[in-house]
Amino acid sequence: MPVRLPFRPRRDAYPPDLWTKCPGCAEMLFNKQLDKTLRVCPHCGHHFRISARMRVEQLVDQGSFVERDADLAPVDTLGFVDLKSYPDRLLAAQLSTGLRDAAVWGVAAMGGKRISLCVMDFFFIGGSMGSVVGEKVARAGEAAVAERIPLLIVSSSGGARMQEGTYSLMQLVKTMSVVERVKAARVPFISVMTDPTTGGVFASFAVVGDVNLAEPNALIRFAGDRVSAGTIGEELPPGYARAEFWISHGFVDRIVARAKLRDEIVSLLGFLIAPINGPTEPAPNPTSRPRAFFSALTGALSPDSNGESHPADTAAPRGGTTNG
Amino acid sequence: MVERLLGRHGAVEDHRDDPVSAVWAHVQQARNLKRPHTLELLKAMADEFIELHGDRLFGDDTAIVAGLARIAGRRIVVVGFQKGQDTEENIRRNFGLPHPDGYRKAMRVMDLAERFSMPILTFVDVQGAFPGAAAEERGIAEAIAKSVGLMTRLRTPIVVVITGEGGSGGALGLAVGDTIIALENSIYSVISPEGCATILWRSGEQSHEAATAMKVTAGEQQELGIVDIVIPEPGDGAHTDPVETARRIKEVVLERLDVLGRMTIDELVEARFQKFRVMGPYVVADRPTPPQERASITDRLRGLLSTRPSMPSMPGGGHDVPPGREEV
Repeated sequence: MPVRLPFRPRRDAYPPDLWTKCPGCAEMLFNKQLDKTLRVCPHCGHHFRISARMRVEQLVDQGSFVERDADLAPVDTLGFVDLKSYPDRLLAAQLSTGLRDAAVWGVAAMGGKRISLCVMDFFFIGGSMGSVVGEKVARAGEAAVAERIPLLIVSSSGGARMQEGTYSLMQLVKTMSVVERVKAARVPFISVMTDPTTGGVFASFAVVGDVNLAEPNALIRFAGDRVSAGTIGEELPPGYARAEFWISHGFVDRIVARAKLRDEIVSLLGFLIAPINGPTEPAPNPTSRPRAFFSALTGALSPDSNGESHPADTAAPRGGTTNG
Repeated sequence: MVERLLGRHGAVEDHRDDPVSAVWAHVQQARNLKRPHTLELLKAMADEFIELHGDRLFGDDTAIVAGLARIAGRRIVVVGFQKGQDTEENIRRNFGLPHPDGYRKAMRVMDLAERFSMPILTFVDVQGAFPGAAAEERGIAEAIAKSVGLMTRLRTPIVVVITGEGGSGGALGLAVGDTIIALENSIYSVISPEGCATILWRSGEQSHEAATAMKVTAGEQQELGIVDIVIPEPGDGAHTDPVETARRIKEVVLERLDVLGRMTIDELVEARFQKFRVMGPYVVADRPTPPQERASITDRLRGLLSTRPSMPSMPGGGHDVPPGREEV
């Protein structure tokens, strides 16, 4: 049966290939120019949402990313149908993004250092976390522990995926249990929150990084607008629950513009070094108290004296990706 | 059970054969304000209960209670949600909607359980965490994440009893354990049916359909493997006989604690890790590498077209467009 498939992703096909209108300043931007500036508006600094693949390309040393478990695919256990059936939504998302689910993970190098990287893709059903996303986050964490390499997770998600019901809720437990092992193993974990990081993703691994970074103006919140405004009847001020709000409330360490994100992470990785003799299995007692992660962090923060080269040496910007 | 439920709610009797209405009746039952909550159940179950207050950081959350209980002679740390049974108590208890302070208090007290070798029993009945600005800005997300993380690794047995509403992340913050028990008329869901309907159906009125689609009832959650044990409720529901409800819970909880107590702590924590590590089904697609994505998707679409009566909507349709728009 001959079927013509619209392989062109929706967001590139519309509006037409040439232009993108900036929602921040209403400026019309050439897409070519926008790509050069890492999809950040050169006029107002608005950070456009970007796909997982583009994010990986922007962050890691060129060509160093080796994707793992690309073949994991979601299933519709519940037989979920709302206005569309879940399989239909999945298929539409798979066709438009070229991904099987809303996360990509693998190992890569940043500034010459090997890392385990998991990146979420908001364009796949709102980056929602179902079983596959949870599994990929967990595997990224387990690889970080096994290889004693830093874990970097870039979140971009509307929260848990409703179509997988409580299985999605259980991904919070799955991911957190692995993150606890990452911490117990004294492997560094950097969480990058991009627009948006909400719901169950914010309320699990995204908020508990050893260092939490956020992109400027990223929406980061637990309760959705409708819930807050509708149920409680509270008026929310402008700028509520944006990245800057979280700096002042103490849950984000730094706001980093996209152009500087890579260098900033590389610098951090120069400090957060997994001790070579650190426990590979979760140590029973020292880690079992709530505050143990602080001590784990302190441990990770003490610089190793094994003659690391300064990260800045290897963090030279790559051609074509710096902000013009 | 459905017949019994519907029989009591005369108004919905004519929906006897309608599964959607039956599920909704179940949801209403789970939300019945007269159901026994943590303190009422403890009163019937425990010989002694010493409540501990405050998170030592900000304040004392009245929507979550925590303390030390002696049940059938055993020392047990109990943490649970506490809704009010009348308006006055509900105002005092913030309608059972916890702030971050509640989870932080819970973590503090659960830490005592580990240090002094007491098992943990939690009672879950919460619509969700408080969704207002006060909770958000004090880090409700962080409190829930930390509590979930702590419970995955605490080196002491944890038994969870879902007694009413198991609502989303707010419930999950106290619902990680070695055994997950649920009362027959309780529900467990990733988001409230109303919230799900608002987002996916774009109308809060479809909450009944949303509850059905998410398979929220205790029985369905047991079939999905999320809930381990379902306890039948006495009479017309837990609220009609709180004492008997507590007795049944006590019996199952003590039996489970016996079983868990026979495991070594290492086995116990590893089994708990594995229990949640494997939750959530996925498949491994035939084509392993992304470059073959196109062929794979074409195959899948063909497969889908040959087995499905309706054509899938194409990406141009987006999420907001009603179904049935075909662009192939």
